[in-house]
Amino acid sequence: MQGTARTMLDKIWEAHAVTPEGVDTPAVLYIDLHLIHEVTSPQAFAVLAARGLQVRRPDLTLATMDHSTPTRTEEIFGGAPIALESAAAQIRALEHNCARFGVELLGLRSAQRGIVHVIGPELGATQPGMTIVCGDSHTSTHGAFGALAFGIGTTEVGHVLATQSLLQRKPKSLAISVAQRLHCGVTAKDLILWIIGRIGVAGGAGHVIEYRGAGIRALDMEERMTVCNMSIEAGARAGMIAPDETTYDWLATRPRAPQGEAWQRALERWRQLPSDAVAHFDREIEFDAAAVEPMITYGTNPGMVMPVNGTIPAHTNDPAFTRALAYMGFEVGAQLKDKTINVVFLGSCTNGRLSDLRAAAQVLRGRKVARGVQMLVVPGSQAVKRAAEAEGLHGIFLEAGAQWRESGCSMCLGMNGDLVGSGQYSMSTSNRNFEGRQGVGARTLLASPLTAAASAVRGRVTDPREILSA
Amino acid sequence: MEPITTVRSRTVVLAATDIDTDQIIPARFLTTTVRAGLGRHLFADWRYDAHGAPRPDFVLNQPAARDCQILVAGNNFGCGSSREHAPWALFDHGLRAIVSTQIADIFRNNALKNGLLPIVIDAATCRWLIEHPGVEISIDVPSATLTLPTGARVSFPLENFARHCLVNGVDELGFLLAHESAIGAFERRRSVA
Repeated sequence: MQGTARTMLDKIWEAHAVTPEGVDTPAVLYIDLHLIHEVTSPQAFAVLAARGLQVRRPDLTLATMDHSTPTRTEEIFGGAPIALESAAAQIRALEHNCARFGVELLGLRSAQRGIVHVIGPELGATQPGMTIVCGDSHTSTHGAFGALAFGIGTTEVGHVLATQSLLQRKPKSLAISVAQRLHCGVTAKDLILWIIGRIGVAGGAGHVIEYRGAGIRALDMEERMTVCNMSIEAGARAGMIAPDETTYDWLATRPRAPQGEAWQRALERWRQLPSDAVAHFDREIEFDAAAVEPMITYGTNPGMVMPVNGTIPAHTNDPAFTRALAYMGFEVGAQLKDKTINVVFLGSCTNGRLSDLRAAAQVLRGRKVARGVQMLVVPGSQAVKRAAEAEGLHGIFLEAGAQWRESGCSMCLGMNGDLVGSGQYSMSTSNRNFEGRQGVGARTLLASPLTAAASAVRGRVTDPREILSA
Repeated sequence: MEPITTVRSRTVVLAATDIDTDQIIPARFLTTTVRAGLGRHLFADWRYDAHGAPRPDFVLNQPAARDCQILVAGNNFGCGSSREHAPWALFDHGLRAIVSTQIADIFRNNALKNGLLPIVIDAATCRWLIEHPGVEISIDVPSATLTLPTGARVSFPLENFARHCLVNGVDELGFLLAHESAIGAFERRRSVA
């Protein structure tokens, strides 16, 4: 009965269509959770103010500050002003706008502040079956819970503030099935880099990816978030994973998750969400998790990626590839293993959660960051920071010679004062290795927290399995 | 948004593929609370040297690029972040259309809301345009066609609603606000369920 079988995307879409799409008009899609931050919201609030509009559902809107917000403790908690005046102005604008429009703000000194895609899930605000948007492309992260979550521009932020709705055409569906399990020392970050390397940075364009199969079911929630987070790096509109017991276990104790009888009713609804067995996807691709190795990028987009022990492949007649290698200072056929690095960044909405810090700490325990390497550890949220400190992880990082900061986007994008110098090689657990992303002239190598920590210890690009087995 | 029906201009060409929004406008220029004036930061790291002086070899700095309203670019233009500052910067610089074989989803949505035309054409035509920078072409929104200097016309996809909004300068927020009663009814239905 393929005619009535539905994908998870179909089910969530149909449940949120205020009006269905037609030939001449897109659907009016209702939004359950709108996350906002300091960088992409001020111009949207300005439109509301200019037109005399209110925020329709402040109760479904949650604000925090992360992108341009500094990570130095003294800039957050006093003792020093925020160094970037333009960033300070954005923070003040968000405080003003949230107060004026009645939106809850997890502000500069809030114990619940953090990267918007880390705090949504950890508060339990992110739930299965929801539609979730934010003026940030990595909103795809929330799809790990079986939500339809995608990034929007500032004009659309204004649309959601004013109407709690968006005009949308339904994207196509792409099933990526992952068989088997990842080997020891190989992480969810390696899996998603490996997938992007195969389907390309535009491979998911126009589609919502549903990740499925035994290799995905075996991942814990934080690993699933890492996978969904980078869906946008494959050009996809969103990424999603059907909820299961792993999802419900993770959510059950979260403060904003339904409680008591409401939890039981929610569970009944959520169990209906997974795609029907014979549901039709517009495209289907299959991969094998057991084939994945620790990965590292060598170029200037996340699709230019190879195993840590690999050699840079040739792409004849591709000027973008030639330009990328010139920018990175690499040559075709070269190995990156043992290449000297200058900076290591552990953090971001991709890899700034507690399990990421634990993985890196496992490598760094009793070891030192190599001389000449600057390592920055930036927890994804203040809650992650507290949890890490309760376990003593910060002590391991500080003892190793790394810096331990307040939460934020930090070095993932050079707009908050945390920068990589021109020409320097940065091994980063973040999501984008674009030219200049971490600072003008910065050269970014994307990798997992394990690979980043192992490389920090050696001061050179290192396969983490060498250190884990030592 | 002002109505937009046609764009007729010489082209400027950036042949690179996968031009991401961090190239279109680097993140350090996003610490602003207004949308005006971002054109001066367009392609900042490609356009200016470390001292802020224009690089003469970058195409947008060349005299031939002056007043060009159509940018022809390699495949997958606008990938990466959702920053609407990217189309704001392109528009503020004077550009009115981006022509490529593929344009990233979020960038395309953002461009349409700002009167910047995202035009996706076939590979052969795009290759010809990349190989012939500076030719005058015209883009007609009502018929969704692009006319080459030879007079040949190629069509591009443009869904009905986007075409309607561009040609009539429709305010999408106004369109959504007109659905207020349907949105309210939807909310009431869900709170009962």
